[in-house]
Amino acid sequence: MAKSSVAAIDWITILLFILLVGFGWGNIYSASYQNEVFSLTNFSLVYIKQGYWILFSIILIIITQAIEVKFYERFAGLIYVISLLSLLGLFVFGKNINGATSWYAFGPIGLQPSEFAKACTALALAKYLSDMQTNIKLLGHQVRAFLIIVIPAIIIIPQPDPGSALVYAAFFFPLYREGLAAIYLIVGASAAVLFILTLLFDPLWVVLAIAVFMFLILIKNRKQKPKYSRYILTIIVVTAFCFSVNYIFNNVFEQRHRDRFNIVLGKEIDTKGIGYNTNQSEIAIGSGGWTGKGWKEGTQTKGGFVPEQHTDYIFSTVGEEWGFLGASLIIILFMLLLIRLIHLAERQKSQFSRVYGYSVIGILFIHFAINIGMVTGLMPTIGIPLPFFSYGGSGLWGFTVLLFIFIKLDANRVNEW
Amino acid sequence: MRKLLFYLIIITAGIVFITRLFYLQIYNTSFASLSEDNAIKVIYDYPQRGAIYDRNGKLLVTNQPSYDVMVIPRELKPFDTLEFCSILNISKDKLKKSLKKARIYSPRVPSIVIPQLTKNEYAYLQEKMRKFEGFYIQKRSLRDYQTTGAANVLGYIGEVNDALIQKDPYYISGDLIGIDGVEKEYENQLRGIKGVKRIQKDRFNRDIGPYKEGKFDTLPVNGKDLTLTLDAKLQAYGQKLMQNKRGGIVALEPSTGEILALVTAPTYKPELLVGRKRSPNFTKLYYDTIAKPLYDRGLQGEYPPGSPFKTVNALIGLQENVIDTKEGISCRMGYYYGKNGRKLGCHSHRSPLNMIPGIANSCNAYFAAVYRRIIEKYETPQKGIEKWRKHVESFGLGNYLGYDLPTGKKGKVPSAETYNRMYKYPTYKWYATATLSNAIGQGEVLATPIQLANMTAAIANRGHYYTPHIIKAIDSQPIENENYTIPKVTTINKEHFEPVVEGMYQVYTQGTASSLQVKGIEICGKTGTAENFTKINGIRTQLTDHSVFVAFAPKDNPKIAIAVFIENGYWGSRYAGKIASLMIEQHLRGSISRTDLEDWLLTHSLEEEYVKPYSGEPFKINY
Repeated sequence: MAKSSVAAIDWITILLFILLVGFGWGNIYSASYQNEVFSLTNFSLVYIKQGYWILFSIILIIITQAIEVKFYERFAGLIYVISLLSLLGLFVFGKNINGATSWYAFGPIGLQPSEFAKACTALALAKYLSDMQTNIKLLGHQVRAFLIIVIPAIIIIPQPDPGSALVYAAFFFPLYREGLAAIYLIVGASAAVLFILTLLFDPLWVVLAIAVFMFLILIKNRKQKPKYSRYILTIIVVTAFCFSVNYIFNNVFEQRHRDRFNIVLGKEIDTKGIGYNTNQSEIAIGSGGWTGKGWKEGTQTKGGFVPEQHTDYIFSTVGEEWGFLGASLIIILFMLLLIRLIHLAERQKSQFSRVYGYSVIGILFIHFAINIGMVTGLMPTIGIPLPFFSYGGSGLWGFTVLLFIFIKLDANRVNEW
Repeated sequence: MRKLLFYLIIITAGIVFITRLFYLQIYNTSFASLSEDNAIKVIYDYPQRGAIYDRNGKLLVTNQPSYDVMVIPRELKPFDTLEFCSILNISKDKLKKSLKKARIYSPRVPSIVIPQLTKNEYAYLQEKMRKFEGFYIQKRSLRDYQTTGAANVLGYIGEVNDALIQKDPYYISGDLIGIDGVEKEYENQLRGIKGVKRIQKDRFNRDIGPYKEGKFDTLPVNGKDLTLTLDAKLQAYGQKLMQNKRGGIVALEPSTGEILALVTAPTYKPELLVGRKRSPNFTKLYYDTIAKPLYDRGLQGEYPPGSPFKTVNALIGLQENVIDTKEGISCRMGYYYGKNGRKLGCHSHRSPLNMIPGIANSCNAYFAAVYRRIIEKYETPQKGIEKWRKHVESFGLGNYLGYDLPTGKKGKVPSAETYNRMYKYPTYKWYATATLSNAIGQGEVLATPIQLANMTAAIANRGHYYTPHIIKAIDSQPIENENYTIPKVTTINKEHFEPVVEGMYQVYTQGTASSLQVKGIEICGKTGTAENFTKINGIRTQLTDHSVFVAFAPKDNPKIAIAVFIENGYWGSRYAGKIASLMIEQHLRGSISRTDLEDWLLTHSLEEEYVKPYSGEPFKINY
């Protein structure tokens, strides 16, 4: 039984994983080395530490593969509870690094439980949705699934780590796949568009434009006896939403949050202040040209102009040193990985595995999209790492465990009936 | 098929990102230059500018060190302006102004604050430099002149102007560039190539070592040394003879086209335009609009050539077969033409004369007749003039000669079109006689002294000339420029030159310059006395004639061809002839036997003559 499941491991996914981790390490090396002597025991060197994180993740991979699939399914609830407790424990035992109390310190090693909570939440959601009694079409069950997702996010937000909390939006992927009504998608997308429009323009104008738009639809559909109440309701909701967004943005958000949005929306240009990170990142990437300046040859990278370059902004090193071709290759590798995972998820016979698979896809995608979006200046500064790439033990381990549990589940499909 | 949505989202995100990358990395190039700006500091290492030697290896121009105070505005820290100004002996206003200018030019590229400190100023400032962050001292080399002459040939160097910085990326603010003369013409050879050091900087603007381990750094390449065709001794002698006179001397070596001397007067000492004193001195020279010391009369002065031009008309007459050497033409104190008996005057000499004595005595009537025959040989005067013009232009007249100095004038040879316009053809007709002054080098013909010297060289060579040039060798490698080594052939057959040369020889032996012979040297020459006019308060006024002389020597296998032009020097042998004969003796013998002649020239001044038109009083000319 175990033998057959090893043979069924999806080596394409593993190959993509190795490429991303390996290329990631090369870029971390380039971004952090400073002509010092290469020493395997010098733990003050970022790239040496990342090397050990990678080595240790091999142990994690072996463990995830050794554990029986049944274990994940049976203990999903318990694992979830433990992860919530570990998140809560931060409020008591947590160590403050860079203004966020997101770490447990074990001597020199810091562990960030939020990085593991994603996998735990995915297991719990998979367990809940694959329960025979769960029907995602029912509102009550939707609320329960929603709670499973939102509880860890709510604990993470005040650490404060809003970026990591935002990642929990990723669970929209499995929910939608398992039959959540499309109206949630439409409402969600509309809210996002309205949100941006309201920030860009005066809310009054936005509401007016929506009203005109609705009126045109109404005229077009007038022969089918439209329900006027719906149209009016929509406009009321939109109006309420726009003005509340405006209110929240101006009165609830802190200035730094406002700045981040304003810079991406092009409302403020301030290269030395708030937008410094993004601006330097764009300069670094932009100076790469077609083929880049070559490994370890990036002037921006060497000069240390891009803050947090080995962690959240690692992609700017890729852009500078490997150019358009190298950076595009990384994008394509991520796309291939995600598409491969969809393929794997779709071939699962058990709902548990499929829900978990889509959770992995969602999490990786949202990290990928937000991180690259931020580094290339398309999105506001939301500090989350690029999976497999960014420096950080917890992050790497978290993603490794997340992915390899799914690989294990997938390899076990041969044993499902 | 809900899974399609996921594919759609992932592929859309990928495409959006790759498009964004394309925009950042390929389409929008400003990011790349922003990166250069903040990460790499460029330091230049200036090479020695090439030295300049004369044809005999005498050093004319070399270098002396100079120190510029540079500033990088964005690296400036508050500093003690009072101390800074007092060290450099400048006003606070001036400092403010130059700092402002530097900031406008670029906050990150070095700009010059105080150019060209002396060694002493530098030594004093160097000790205090650490107090003034953002300033640094850039060593450059300035010109050091070993000669007091030839300023017009050598030219000068100065700070490159903003327009050129925009155009040529090699230069940055404060760089020195050749602005005139040989310095300008051979800038690329003389300047060498700047060395470049690129320093990688970090975000605190600290140097963190050479960029890419110095892979792109270059060492400076020293400028090349130039050897000029100029004979410094002859040049200096010419300048000495020209004191208190205005005009030009151009001496060429007919067998090569090399410029032996190129004298303009008045002139200035080249050391006046070095370093910090360049600007005030230049302004002074520039605004001297009467003497015009910056104006190279040898290259830029366009004068009526006068009688020396008769030699060309004689040659054209022979070539066009309208006269032979034997036919005599009578002269009754001038040439009479037209219905009303109009006259082109001449001086007294025996009559009739044939060609050789015609040249020797500079008979106006003779050349008027020859010229008229040339033009009237063709059915219309237009055709005649055009034919004549072709011949004249083959002597290098009427257009740029193509020599390697940056200034010059075309001179003028009238064409049929010139007269058509002048006489409003076809409303009115015109005939050969209307252009008759061309016969004696007056009227519409204009030539620069170097053109006249070149014309003389063409006669000396019996039918060809080499484009005059100032460059002899670059870094001891003789130049191989076809423009200077392939002869330009005139339209006159070789055999026609001998009688004209003989005529020019007789100018010395028995003609208009018989008093200027040098024992043992067979000189051929031709005097000229050119009428000229100026405008005083808008009224065309005649001034004292220009004294013109062209000559070459020896008669066979000539070594020197010379043209001398003295403004308002009256008749040809009065000033120009004397100078030409002394220059020839100096060049061929290396010393002067006729010191009385030399003394006469050194003691006679034409300054009085030059003041006349500006005095506001009525004045007499030609006495």
